Amino acid sequence: MTLSPGFRGRHRSQAAGLPPGQYLTTDFPVLSAGPTPRISRERWEFTIRTEHQVEHRWSWSQLQQLPVQTPTVDLHCVTKWSKLATSWRGVSLDDLFAGVDTAAEFAMVHSFGGYTTNLPVADLLDGKAWIVHTYEGADLHPEHGGPARLLVPHLYLWKSAKWVRGIELMVQNRPGFWEGVGYHDYGDPWREQRYQGD
Amino acid sequence: MALDGNTLAGPLSELFAVDVTAAVSRCAGCGQQDAVADLLVYGPDPGWVARCPGCDSVVLRIVRGPSAVWLDLHGSAALRIPL
Repeated sequence: MTLSPGFRGRHRSQAAGLPPGQYLTTDFPVLSAGPTPRISRERWEFTIRTEHQVEHRWSWSQLQQLPVQTPTVDLHCVTKWSKLATSWRGVSLDDLFAGVDTAAEFAMVHSFGGYTTNLPVADLLDGKAWIVHTYEGADLHPEHGGPARLLVPHLYLWKSAKWVRGIELMVQNRPGFWEGVGYHDYGDPWREQRYQGD
Repeated sequence: MALDGNTLAGPLSELFAVDVTAAVSRCAGCGQQDAVADLLVYGPDPGWVARCPGCDSVVLRIVRGPSAVWLDLHGSAALRIPL
């Protein structure tokens, strides 16, 4: 009988309490699809645009006036590393969406530098997602998405867009940067949804 | 930190019979023409991303899954492949 490496890897990682196929890391790997944008807080802004083209806009100082949350969450990257109990400081998407009138089911997240990723609006709400600007007590470094990134820890980390600058609400779903070239549309690490068809 | 386009020789040789790094691509963003070997390349994970040295637009992407390779050339208006 031959056991596939995939089967054995899955068994090991599940024993460690990680999603299938993941291994534990204590550093914080940086994966890049382009040059790192350097965005000052003065230039930074965040926009939610509804399906009716209504724009809600926050400057850096307006973001700071919203209630602060301090999530401690596990991160799971599609490239198979997981990092546990990371501490962040930021604003809940629930607070940003509080005054947004929308019936759209899908969101496209846009970043400075042109990166995009899509996900259901429901996955941004009910305490599941944040705009974070502080990591382990320090300003979020540009390599990790500073001045601010999206944090959606229940999905693979490519959904937690670095250098976030806005959310476009969509009636019809469409794929983002990685979803358009083979990566899974939803990306649930616990169901190992890495690639299309998983 | 970007690599140069020669990095793509391996992943592209899996798909093409010719050496595509010697081809000249025309950026769909700004029209600049560069040898694929001169593109700015990021990767390999989550995928290879080659960008135009002139305007940083994405010219080419390659994602290798367990059972398929995705090749995206929509950022390349044309590719001149020497014979």
